[in-house]
Amino acid sequence: MHDKTLTELAAGLAAGEFSSRELTQSLLARIERLDEPLNSFITVTAEQALAAADAADAARANGEAGPLTGLPLALKDIFCTRGVKTSCGSRMLDTFTAPYDATVVEKLAAAGTVSLGKTNMDEFAMGSSNENSFYGPVRNPWDLAAVPGGSSGGSAAAVAAGLVPAAMGTDTGGSIRQPAAFCGITGLKPTYGRVSRYGMIAYASSLDQAGPMARSAADCAHLLGAIAGHDLRDSTSVARGVPDYVEGLDAPLTGLKIGLPREYFGDGLDDGVEAAVREAIKTYESLGATVREVSLPHTHYAIPAYYVIAPAEASSNLSRFDGVRFGHRCEAPADLIDLYKRSRAEGFGEEVKRRILIGTHTLSEGFFDAYYKQAQKVRRLIRQDFLDAFEEVDVLMGPASPTPAFDLGANKDPVSMYLQDIYTIAVNLAGIPGINVPAGFAGGRPVGLQILGTHFAEAQLLNVAHQFQQATDWHLRRPALAEETA
Amino acid sequence: MQWETVIGLEVHVQLATRSKIFSGASTAFGAEPNTQACAVDLGLPGVLPVLNEAAVAMAVQFGLGIHAEIPEVSVFDRKNYFYPDLPKGYQTSQMYQPIVGPGEVEITLEDGSTKRIRVHHAHLEEDAGKSLHEDFHGMTGIDLNRAGTPLLEIVSEPDMRSAKEAAAYLKAIHSLVTYLGISDGNMAEGSMRCDVNVSVRPAGQETFGTRAEIKNVNSFRFVERAIAFEVERQIELIEDGGEVVQETRLFDPEADETRSMRTKEEANDYRYFPCPDLLPVVLDQAYVDHLRDNLPELPAEKRARFESELGLSAYDAGVLSASRAMAEYFEGVKDVCGDAKLAANWVQGELSGALNREGLAIVDSPVSAAQLGELVARVKDETINGKAAKQVFQALWHGEGDSADAIIEAKGLKQVTDSGAIEVMIDQVINDSPAQVAQYRDAEPDKRGKMIGYFVGQVMKASRGTANPQQVNKLLKEKLDALC
Amino acid sequence: MALEHADVLRAAHLARLGLDESEAAHYLDDLGRILEMVDQLQGLDTEGVAPLAHPLDATQRLRADEVTETDQRETFQRCAPAVENGLYLVPRVVE
Repeated sequence: MHDKTLTELAAGLAAGEFSSRELTQSLLARIERLDEPLNSFITVTAEQALAAADAADAARANGEAGPLTGLPLALKDIFCTRGVKTSCGSRMLDTFTAPYDATVVEKLAAAGTVSLGKTNMDEFAMGSSNENSFYGPVRNPWDLAAVPGGSSGGSAAAVAAGLVPAAMGTDTGGSIRQPAAFCGITGLKPTYGRVSRYGMIAYASSLDQAGPMARSAADCAHLLGAIAGHDLRDSTSVARGVPDYVEGLDAPLTGLKIGLPREYFGDGLDDGVEAAVREAIKTYESLGATVREVSLPHTHYAIPAYYVIAPAEASSNLSRFDGVRFGHRCEAPADLIDLYKRSRAEGFGEEVKRRILIGTHTLSEGFFDAYYKQAQKVRRLIRQDFLDAFEEVDVLMGPASPTPAFDLGANKDPVSMYLQDIYTIAVNLAGIPGINVPAGFAGGRPVGLQILGTHFAEAQLLNVAHQFQQATDWHLRRPALAEETA
Repeated sequence: MQWETVIGLEVHVQLATRSKIFSGASTAFGAEPNTQACAVDLGLPGVLPVLNEAAVAMAVQFGLGIHAEIPEVSVFDRKNYFYPDLPKGYQTSQMYQPIVGPGEVEITLEDGSTKRIRVHHAHLEEDAGKSLHEDFHGMTGIDLNRAGTPLLEIVSEPDMRSAKEAAAYLKAIHSLVTYLGISDGNMAEGSMRCDVNVSVRPAGQETFGTRAEIKNVNSFRFVERAIAFEVERQIELIEDGGEVVQETRLFDPEADETRSMRTKEEANDYRYFPCPDLLPVVLDQAYVDHLRDNLPELPAEKRARFESELGLSAYDAGVLSASRAMAEYFEGVKDVCGDAKLAANWVQGELSGALNREGLAIVDSPVSAAQLGELVARVKDETINGKAAKQVFQALWHGEGDSADAIIEAKGLKQVTDSGAIEVMIDQVINDSPAQVAQYRDAEPDKRGKMIGYFVGQVMKASRGTANPQQVNKLLKEKLDALC
Repeated sequence: MALEHADVLRAAHLARLGLDESEAAHYLDDLGRILEMVDQLQGLDTEGVAPLAHPLDATQRLRADEVTETDQRETFQRCAPAVENGLYLVPRVVE
């Protein structure tokens, strides 16, 4: 059952081939058996999962099942889940049990899905390798020496390893698309504002967006339909109707205009990755699409702009972790300042501290205009690059990451780690949607094709991705896990 | 040397919304600690703010009340600092694009003259919680019920030149916000709080002196006292060859002095930046126009109307329009009795006296405006005389009857104007007072006027106060003079 | 804009992050290189470009002034490190 897509599992449940309880039990057993080397879960909520599965089975028996009823999935540990530990990968929240549900969690529960637990992640979603978790690194199911990508590395690894058919991730600078690429799965970052951020622990509020990670574009379409929509509790969520993302999946791609950003095929791009991506684009041509080169001239300013805006917002967002109302508190604080300084020094890991320090510094008196304001101006130029490109083409395509998954410990230097996100980060600054589609392998590790659309073009991206998956089987390849091969 | 005082005020007004500025928690005062602090107010991980429409409307109403520019776009910023009563580690405020632009407030001084004080801007922000310093084993307790209560911070230009002007400005703001109904203005409960910036300079000097900021001066009286102390302190300091340091000071009403808050003196860097969880607030013209069209009559307009239409003196008009409650009460009395001047006399005389004696606010008056109006009407139509009216008022005050008419009836206070009945009483008094009549007759004619008082008193007594005093006077004089 | 040791300490203090001297030195090196990368922004002419705070040009929606929350103190304080009589406790604050 662990090899099936959500769509296939839904059909099995509907046909009575197995119950949600059976499906849930089998996956829980698989997690128990296989997750130790992967470390993709922080918390497995077996009891709640079985209760939810039973409720789903009962709903089905009563004829009240929807398309997602009884389907198991996992949640990145950034989503507040009532009564469940919600750590955000941090020691700061190691003892935090969320007293409420994030909107995404509420919506998925309302759709009848069964959450198996909370997946590992880079602390507070800061990282590109999942090496920054208080709960230890996640390993890539394709090669345990490799990272799964980050920050939604646990979600990506769990789906790739067949521990769960789908998982929710969040993407602030590539945190859904890059791990999806590294783990060979499909991952969609929706338009900023498409999915509510309420209850999703904030990293950088103007960039964060939740999205589905699954085995196919069709599965992502089902999940996006369930989580998208206006939320009165999130001022930045958009009051705009949610289309039926499944309906348009089968539309032919004849006449589709694909743009290849010149800047996404330049220096630093791994040959194997480039070859796989070029091959994928040929497939699109064979499906009736036309391809032309376009330019996103401000691409190289995206990482600098991001590393001003995201840490600035983060430095403020993370101030609430002060050891007073929730979260880690140091032993026997001497006074108030000691309480703050020690609780935060002990509760936060190195990368989080680094970004808090950067953000605090760039917002300081005398630096604000040169850094923050300038970065916001550059942000407008970057968005304009995309809007201009979408005047000429329907979608943009390129690699999701310049290299396949790298080895654990390979990127010790923060700046070189940051530069890994060159193809994903501008998308968050512009607020447009992007999807990663498995497109082959380089050196035995998966390669991802990134497809970008204009604001609210999710249906089109899913259609374009789905058509590729009808023509190829990269998304169906599965890693051979240690115990299975043994 | 002659010194000039320069004062600017920052007034924080809690807006009278039902729920908080960014959450659906109640703003009611006095609840058990932390029972009105919801997930958003506590800054739990993952929560987000959503702006309260009423807070926006109230801020705009204030802006319209001070004839300010209302910018089309305003933006919320984060002011970052750590303090236990500030749950998120930042206060959501408006640093760069406030909701209310420059405006002005007219103040009236004791001599009746007026002065315009410019308002630099007013912005919306969230209130902090409270730190309770009772002993919890050497710890401080934090109550976050107040966190997220909407505040309008009104920042004046340094236009005031004396403590009296500052107090008058604060009163004008208080009057305006209570008129608008956007705040209860309760200073004791902290609904209005004031920071005072004070500096001095040699008279005639253009540039401002170095200012001190006095925090949390929370009554009209304290504002005057704090400024008086601070001005004296600064002048003495300079005259002794010292220099005023720019700092934050705290007013201690018990010691009647301001003190430097050195413990908090570390350099702050609030790192303001636009709040990414909130979008720009855009007010369309129709919305602003709608609010403008529905503004109540404001104190200045009311005062002018009391003078021009009702013929009240400037002083009376000022007193009666000072608060919305006072003005509404007065107009209620006037509408019932139909005589503005009589109504003004009664409200400022008998009623205010009674309220002051018992320390009651006008809204808590046991005598309603309708009741007092009816009483005044009976004075006006001479159903009762002034003395009886005071009795009726006391009876109403003590709840001895529901209406003036009922009390007049029950106590038999109706004025006797029947001259036949009065003459009978006069004849009786004259008969009973041969000695006094003899004295009257023997007196010089120009001394008799004074002596008639005795007879008037006796007749009034005989009538149990109900005889019409003017009639008694007139008839007595005729009868006594006839005896001479 | 070169970063100095004092800048790191200042930022750490503003952010209430306890940092000893050797940690500060370590971060100085990292942060210096990050800022060097970020400084590329200074080379771009943005004259006349308006800052972009949100990717969509949306405006703030307003909430009706209604009390929608009920008392959940007990639930919320279950995850608090120190409470007494319904109050959150912190080391004594000196006014």
